[in-house]
Amino acid sequence: MTDTYSQFVNSPLGKQVASRLGIPRPVRLRRYTPGGALLEGSVLLGGYGDAPLAKRVRAVLDAEGIATATEPPTDGRVAAVVADLSAMTGPADLEALRALVGPALKRLAPSGRVLVLGASPEQAGADPVLAAARRALEGVVRSIGKELRAGATANLVLVEDGGEEEIESTVRFFLSGRSAYVDGQVVTVGPAGAGRRTPQSWVAPLAGKVAVVTGAARGIGASIADTLTRDGATVVCLDVPAAGDALAVVANRNGGSALQLDVTSPDAGARIVEHARTRHGSLDVVVHNAGITRDKLLANTDAARWQQVLDVNLLSVLRMNEAILAPGALSDGGHVVVLSSMSGIAGNRGQSNYAASKAGLIGAVHALGRDEDLRARGITVNAVAPGFIETEMTGRIPLATREMGRRINSLAQGGLPVDVAETIAWFAQDASAGVTGQVVRVCGQSMLGA
Amino acid sequence: MAASRPRRPAPRRAAVLGGNRIPFARANGRYARASNQDMLTAALDGLVARFGIAGERLGEVAAGAVLKHSRDFNLTRESVLGSALDPATPAYDVQQACGTGLETVVLTANKIALGQIESAAAGGVDTASDAPIAVNEDLRRALLAVNSARTTSGKVRALAALRPGQVVPEVPRNVEPRTGLSMGEHMALTAREWGITREDQDELAAASHRHLSAAYDRGFFDDLVTPYLGLTRDDNLRPDSSTEKLATLSPVFGKGEGATMTAGNSTPLTDGASVVLLGSDEWAAEHQLPVLAHLVDAETAAVDYVHGGEGLLMAPAYAVPRLLARQGLTLQDFDYYEIHEAFAATVLSTLAAWEDPDFCAGRLGLDAPLGSIDRSRLNVNGSSLAAGHPFAATGGRIVATLSKLLHEKGPGSRGLISICAAGGQGVVAILEGA
Repeated sequence: MTDTYSQFVNSPLGKQVASRLGIPRPVRLRRYTPGGALLEGSVLLGGYGDAPLAKRVRAVLDAEGIATATEPPTDGRVAAVVADLSAMTGPADLEALRALVGPALKRLAPSGRVLVLGASPEQAGADPVLAAARRALEGVVRSIGKELRAGATANLVLVEDGGEEEIESTVRFFLSGRSAYVDGQVVTVGPAGAGRRTPQSWVAPLAGKVAVVTGAARGIGASIADTLTRDGATVVCLDVPAAGDALAVVANRNGGSALQLDVTSPDAGARIVEHARTRHGSLDVVVHNAGITRDKLLANTDAARWQQVLDVNLLSVLRMNEAILAPGALSDGGHVVVLSSMSGIAGNRGQSNYAASKAGLIGAVHALGRDEDLRARGITVNAVAPGFIETEMTGRIPLATREMGRRINSLAQGGLPVDVAETIAWFAQDASAGVTGQVVRVCGQSMLGA
Repeated sequence: MAASRPRRPAPRRAAVLGGNRIPFARANGRYARASNQDMLTAALDGLVARFGIAGERLGEVAAGAVLKHSRDFNLTRESVLGSALDPATPAYDVQQACGTGLETVVLTANKIALGQIESAAAGGVDTASDAPIAVNEDLRRALLAVNSARTTSGKVRALAALRPGQVVPEVPRNVEPRTGLSMGEHMALTAREWGITREDQDELAAASHRHLSAAYDRGFFDDLVTPYLGLTRDDNLRPDSSTEKLATLSPVFGKGEGATMTAGNSTPLTDGASVVLLGSDEWAAEHQLPVLAHLVDAETAAVDYVHGGEGLLMAPAYAVPRLLARQGLTLQDFDYYEIHEAFAATVLSTLAAWEDPDFCAGRLGLDAPLGSIDRSRLNVNGSSLAAGHPFAATGGRIVATLSKLLHEKGPGSRGLISICAAGGQGVVAILEGA
């Protein structure tokens, strides 16, 4: 999909025009390449008090050979600012955040990162002062996201008690190019269900894993298959029989297998489990990506259109999960990721059925994230909610609407399918075992929705 | 009739692991612009994807086409090179008319049985849309003369010798070279000989459509067919076909009052490709691929249709009893029968012959007729009348379909395949469910 506007404003003439008119100039985002540096440049690292989480971040950066500083530089640029406010006791302590991050923003490199670490407001108990301070971080980070330019992003990681050991994969995700289009998000990391599982290699964190991706024949699904394969997984590519030819192309280029199957068939979950386990030896990751739209204003939506979307997008996932999450199916320590949508958060005119299904998935993810049995088995369940992603589908949206969709976010551009896929690949890592029940938007901090 | 001599210690049996085909398209339809190589490559790629064997080296790939361009001299190998298989996979072409697909399965299965290879893909492809056109013999000689002339003036002289009448291509005709009769015309003679009625043929054709349609609807073909060029099901399939509708068609083969064969109870010209994945049990286990069935045995036969000794498409009637005798089986010992519906009359004539005491005694030299089969076990998921019949692709379609059926039925279940072919030949085989 060509974003002609972005191409123009990044040309020599376009740059001048854009700066005179003060119109947004979306930049080419820094994206992950296997073996590439986590960050190009040094990191400003600090926080409140003895900033316990910052110490863990420093260890990660040291291992990657990335220089860290505790004072904002007076010249040059920093690739990222990481502020640990987890030790705060009240709103007055927020000054530490302002003092560290504020001056550094002018020194932030293109596609730079602001990553704030905090403690969970949910765990502040009945202490309103503590809860206020912790919750305040969300407002600050989301505002920073809207203030940043040149492809830089700001995100917040809240760490629950016992989750301190589990932050590495999440810190790596947010600092790297993997999170290029993830902006203004809040993620909670808790204790992992089943012990430490640091990957042998951060370049192939899914090595030895068997993943199933539904709706893999094209668009975001194909990109998910490509990305999980790149990260080391064996991927079962699943789509409806009618999409089998495109599916075969995706499966063959990834050395995976193609499973032609309608996700709404009653035995879909059982067949997924059987295929993965008999053909590939295990089932470790399931990505419920398959979905359809049947857009129409609710006033004009008949029962068939309503039911079809609910059936494919939501009910099929609930039904498949019964088989997939049954004991002996998905491996202990496995991961389920579902594709929700911005529509499911903010709603969208003409998409009441679609929004219902995508919001319903978020509800299911919240419930499964709290499921004690799944937690004990170390199984995580998370959701990704894409915003405007450049696909064949969004390419068919009328130009004006499409331009609106692309521009009204902090990065002033649409995301790519790979941005959604990278977020899923992070959820799919065993090292992300402390991340469950989360909904992460891949939307460039869209102005729509929360 | 019992086996005449004891079998030698059995070599291992080759396993059928699955198959893949593209939907079959009526000639000059969706695949009008696709070449044999395009379609065979697509069928192979779908197979590779289904079994997750991209980049694997198979023992060999055997396939073929009946209608083949001269440029396709190495069709199967070229298709392998264009596929996701390891380019180190050897391949060769086979041509035994409509028996091609089954013959490639037999050949590769035998190599597996002997331990010469561990895995194979076998199948075939045909396009009636992209049929090769040959130049007539005069023009061919003239063009060769142009090509071999050493000087420009020599080339000009050779070209100048061309006459307009020479520039007329020889369009391939669907006729037997030795009789000048088309296959349908031959079959019409046999149908008349056996007294096959129009009603019985139409009923068989309607059942084929009904069964194939039902199989699609219950998802039976979800792991046997991969869409191609926008086609997701065989476009010859008429789910609403009925004996009443078929009865309205005019005969196209045979002459006069007694003509019974119509476009509805004869297979149409079709484009398509199919392949089957075969392996030793060990190879299957190493690749964690479930075994659907094993190839038990196979037999080919030929008849002298030229001098009127037998009908063109009756060779399977001779091959099957020889195969049964060798295996010590009766015609009734099968859970499923796959008799290729070249024409509805072919199936009915073959069954009638096996029921006929005179034929079985006089022509087959049997003490008693082979007898009848349980017709509810015949072509239960439809066959060529509904799916279409891209000549060399039919064997792969049938082997994959029957293997899946037998696997569903359970270990030890048995299926019989019978395929007639041009030139008075027939290829038959027995599969056993695993």
